[in-house]
Amino acid sequence: MTSVSGVPRTRLVLALGLGLLAIVAAVAVSCLLGPQPISLRAALDGVEPDRAILFGLRLPRAALAAVVGFALAAAGTALQALLRNPLAEPFVLGVSGGAALGGTLVLLAAAGLSAVAGPAGALLGSAPPVAVGSVAGAMLATLLVFGLGRIGGRLVPEAALLVGIVFNAFVAGVITLLKMLAPPDQAARLLYWLMGAIGYESPTTLAVGTVLVVLSVGALALLSARLNLLTLGDEEAASLGLDVRRTRALVFFAASAATGAAVALAGMVGFVGLIVPHLVRRVVGPDHRLLLPASALFGAAFLVAADALARLAFLPLGTEPPVGAVTAFLGGPFFLWLLRRQARQQAEGN
Amino acid sequence: MSPLRLPGPPWPDPIVEVRGVRHAYGARVSVDGVSFTAREGEFVGLLGPNGAGKSTLIRLVAGLLAPSAGTVRLAGFDPHATPRRLVARVCALVPQEPRLDWPFTVRDVVMMGRTAHQGLLAIPTREDLGAVEGALAACDLLHLAGRRVDALSGGERRRVFFARALAQEPRVLLLDEPTAFLDLAHQVAAMEMARVAARGGLCVVAVLHDLNLAAAACDRLVALAGGRVVAEGSPSDVLTEERVRDVWGVPVWRGQNQATGATVVLPNVRPVP
Repeated sequence: MTSVSGVPRTRLVLALGLGLLAIVAAVAVSCLLGPQPISLRAALDGVEPDRAILFGLRLPRAALAAVVGFALAAAGTALQALLRNPLAEPFVLGVSGGAALGGTLVLLAAAGLSAVAGPAGALLGSAPPVAVGSVAGAMLATLLVFGLGRIGGRLVPEAALLVGIVFNAFVAGVITLLKMLAPPDQAARLLYWLMGAIGYESPTTLAVGTVLVVLSVGALALLSARLNLLTLGDEEAASLGLDVRRTRALVFFAASAATGAAVALAGMVGFVGLIVPHLVRRVVGPDHRLLLPASALFGAAFLVAADALARLAFLPLGTEPPVGAVTAFLGGPFFLWLLRRQARQQAEGN
Repeated sequence: MSPLRLPGPPWPDPIVEVRGVRHAYGARVSVDGVSFTAREGEFVGLLGPNGAGKSTLIRLVAGLLAPSAGTVRLAGFDPHATPRRLVARVCALVPQEPRLDWPFTVRDVVMMGRTAHQGLLAIPTREDLGAVEGALAACDLLHLAGRRVDALSGGERRRVFFARALAQEPRVLLLDEPTAFLDLAHQVAAMEMARVAARGGLCVVAVLHDLNLAAAACDRLVALAGGRVVAEGSPSDVLTEERVRDVWGVPVWRGQNQATGATVVLPNVRPVP
C-alpha cells in the first residue's frame, strides 16, 4: 500500500527509526561535549572522573531533557488537533503555566510544613507530590482555557489561544507574589526551576516523571486515529461515529498529564510542542498515527540538543542559561512566523 | 469491536420517521412540531426559506441534536440516545461546508468514512479498502486519490465528502445543501450523485435551496416555513404559484420543462421603473 489510509509500515518504521537515531545522536553529543573533556572508553572502563561525569551528571541530564521533550512535543501535537490550530502548544495555551502554579503551591506548602514538621515537609516536597500538583494544575488550566475558549457552544481557537496567553501572564504574576512568601533559598530554587532549567534531578524524580510521561504519551498514541477525526470538527467527527465528548476528555487528560509531568521535571520549557510537530508534520504528513509518535521522538532529540546548546554556547562565560530560555529564543519568532503565515493563508484561501 | 447491535436489517419502513418534533436554540424555536418520513430508495428534498429549520431538522435526524418534544426514529432507534458508532453505520451526513484545516489526502478523508467499522487505531481491513475504492470510483475521484484535499476545487472537494459518506456504507444519506457554492455543472453533478445513491436503495434526504433542481431531481419534497411543514408531496403538488409566493414571498411563474416534464418555477423579477 502506498497510501496513508492505513499507516504504511515502511513509513512508520522509517520515521520512528530516524527519530530514535536523532535521540541517540543528540544524547551522544550532549554527553561527550562539555567543559571537562571525557573519553567514552575511559568512562566505560570505570576510570574516574570520566565515569562519574558521564553516568552521574551528563547522561541523567540528557535523559531528563529527552523525557521532557518527548512529553511536550506529544502534548503539543495532541493540543493542536484538539484546538484544530497549529499554534496550540502547552506553553502558549497556559497548560504549562497551570502546571507550574500547581507545582509551586505544593513546594511552598512543603516549605511551610517543614518549618513545623520537618520530615512531613520533606515528604511533601519530594517528587511524587510535586508531580501530582503539576498535573492537577495542568488539567485545571486546560479545562479553563478550553472552557473560556468556547463561545456560544463552539470552540473558537483564537479565543482559546488568547485565554491561554492571558492566563500565562496571570500565573506569572501569582507565582511572583507567592515567591515573596517563600524563604529566600526556596525562592531562588523555585525561580530556577520555573525558568525551565534541566538540572540534575534525583533518580526518583526522573523515574516518577518518566513513568507518568510514558503512560500519558502512550494513551495519546492509542488515541491518535481519533485525533485525526477531531481535526474535522465536533459535528463531523460525531457523524462519522466518534464519541466526541469522551474522546476529547481523554485527550485533555493525557495531554495535561504529559505536560504536568514535564513541568514537574523541568519547569516551563516553551515552544517545543510548537516547533517540533510543525516540522515533523511537513515530513510525515498530517496522520496522527504517524505524526504523534514521530513528534514525540524528535521532541526528545530536540530538547537534548537544545540543552547541549545552552550548556556549550555559554561555556566561555562559565555560565549556562536554562534550556527554557533557548527554546523561547527559538520558539518566539517561530510562533510569530506561523501566526502570520496562517493569517495570510486565511486571507488568501477562504 | 462493539457488542452492541442495531435492530435489523431488514430496517423498519419508513427508515426515517420524525413525529411532532420540536427544537429550540435558547428562546428561538427553530423546528416546531414537524412530522415527516423518508423511505429507502427515495430522494426527499427539504425546502424552505432561510431560518425555516431545514438544517436543524437534518441534525435532529442525524442525532446530533436532541428534540425537546416529539420523537425521531432512524432505522427504528432514537439516534440521539444511541452510541455515535452505531448511528454512523446507518446514517451519513454530508455537511454544507466540510472542514479542511489539515492537509489530508483525498483517500485519507474518504477512509475516515470507515471509522464506525474500524477499531481503535483504524487499521484498514480488506473490506475498508474495498469500500473506499468503490466510493472513490463512484464519485470519479480515483485520479485525485493521492491529492491533498485543501488543494482541490470546490466541486471536487464536495465529491470527496460525498465519497466519504458512501464509504460509510449507510442506509440513510443526509445532505446539507449539496449544491451550495457550486457552478451549474457541478450542481447538476451533485444532484445526479444523490439520485444514483437513492436508486441504489439508499434513503436520501437533502436540504435544498434551488427549487428547480429540487423539482427535477427529488421524488418528494417537504416545504418548511417558520419551523413547520407547510406542504409535502410530489414536486408539482408542492411547488404551486400560490405556495411559493406564500412561503418565499416571491411571485413566480410556474411551468414545465418540455424536455423532462419537470416542474419549473421562475421568479417574476419586475423591471426597475
